[in-house]
Amino acid sequence: MTALIDIRHLSAASLAGPILRDVSLAVNAGEAMALVGESGAGKSTIAKAVLGILPAGIKVTGGEILFEDENLLNLPPTRMRDLLGVRIALIPQDPLTSLNPARRIGGQLTDGLRLRAGLSRAAALVRALELLNDVHIHDPQRVLRSYPHELSGGMRQRVLIAQAFSLKPQVIIADEPTTALDVTVQKQVLRLIRQLQRDHGTALLFVTHDLGVVAQICDRMTVLYGGKVLEQGNTAEVLRNPAHAYTKALLAANPRYDRPGQSLKPVPESLIAQLRREISA
Amino acid sequence: MHRDMRIVMGGGFIILLFAGAVFAYWLAPFDPLEQDLLIATMPPMQEPGHYLGTDSLGRDVLSRLIYAARIALTVAFAASSLACLLGTALGLLAGYFGGWWEIVISRLIDIWMAFPPVLLSILLVAVLGTGLHSVIVAIVVIDWTRFARVVRAEAQQQAKLEYVEAATAIGMGRGTILLREILPNVLPVVLVLLSLEMGIAVIVEAILSFVGLSVSTDTPTWGGMIAEGRQIIYQAWWVLVFPLAALFLTVLAFNQLGDGLRQWLDPVLRR
Repeated sequence: MTALIDIRHLSAASLAGPILRDVSLAVNAGEAMALVGESGAGKSTIAKAVLGILPAGIKVTGGEILFEDENLLNLPPTRMRDLLGVRIALIPQDPLTSLNPARRIGGQLTDGLRLRAGLSRAAALVRALELLNDVHIHDPQRVLRSYPHELSGGMRQRVLIAQAFSLKPQVIIADEPTTALDVTVQKQVLRLIRQLQRDHGTALLFVTHDLGVVAQICDRMTVLYGGKVLEQGNTAEVLRNPAHAYTKALLAANPRYDRPGQSLKPVPESLIAQLRREISA
Repeated sequence: MHRDMRIVMGGGFIILLFAGAVFAYWLAPFDPLEQDLLIATMPPMQEPGHYLGTDSLGRDVLSRLIYAARIALTVAFAASSLACLLGTALGLLAGYFGGWWEIVISRLIDIWMAFPPVLLSILLVAVLGTGLHSVIVAIVVIDWTRFARVVRAEAQQQAKLEYVEAATAIGMGRGTILLREILPNVLPVVLVLLSLEMGIAVIVEAILSFVGLSVSTDTPTWGGMIAEGRQIIYQAWWVLVFPLAALFLTVLAFNQLGDGLRQWLDPVLRR
């Protein structure tokens, strides 16, 4: 398999200190790679670095992000804009704030199709209807006429998923796409992402802190702590037989559907102290 | 949805006033410039047809009021719209692009706000020469900061929101994002400001015509009528009171409309 996105020795820092430390990971064509870690582990920073939308305070201090032999980190802005949306797309974290509150869904969903794929307004609207059908929205006409606040969170996330897949990108970055949704909707949305990803053969970089989600939809996973890669491998293998003590501790801290009533153990303080020492060394 | 009375009353009054100004020729009972010294300073309802009385030269007060609305509304609409365009454009640039745009425009606003506005407007008209154009230019030059300040802050707010990031991630350029994503979210605030600004413009025009710096003195204006009425307040109160009332009601209507719009357009309250 060839790596579609190849992150090599990526380091990043803010004024407060390092955020990513020598992160290397590859996402192969058509596979779903999970980025797992707790808050502050640097998952979202990696996602934003790939998309070139790092916040002003964070600077990349080393390494490269290769996409089809181009280093995304030093592309001219116009070239980067050409890739975004068309080759690399984003499913954002919070569907409530990621849609423009002042514009109808129809306008927002057709933006990419019209501006990037050059479709006419009418053709883009027809395509938008198909896209909404693909994400199992059964009254697409009404949704196209709606403003975001008139739709539920799950509906909005479906719209954003439709938008991400609309230009058939090779890679989709999903930044905790189900965190803002309630559990039943989460499950449907995950299944939808998985199905679309398989149908289109899209590579998926899936950022999450939820191991249950990883088990459900990702082929491979990378475990991060404090901006450092602790463990990487096939999802099934890592979950069945974690090599790193931190991964084990994370699993023990995660509720299991198959073992209800089992008490959850927080990640031990001593382990965290040890990780901190290792990382800063 | 429950109609906001402030929008209905404020908007209604302004529409009536606008109609009055447009159809002044047919609505006004007399020629506003026609003098008749035999019926000078007649109180309201005294002389047939002169419902609001006559001034010291025997001119019909009601007719002058109606014709004066033309000047007031012309200034209100023209000056406010231009100030709105200029201020909104600069505010968007400063708020969204940041960097040098922000530094230069923000300093400009600070410097502008340090001038007392009425003095500055009198100074400007004195330099530009009197006349309707000068009054409009003076208001635009002074009041663009009202729009620029608010729009800059609003655009800064919006630029941080995730929908802007999402738009960047589908490859939209900065200019496209500014016009398609940010502008629609700033527009409600701009509309409210525009309505309030029209009230302010009416007052500024009245001040300038009160001190004789607006249109030539033979054109009826509310400010000019107030100035004339002030001199004969003890003999003929109506020459002063009616233009004052017209000015008061017009400004009140614009402010009520603005406040009503503020609430009606607020996406949180609309939900």
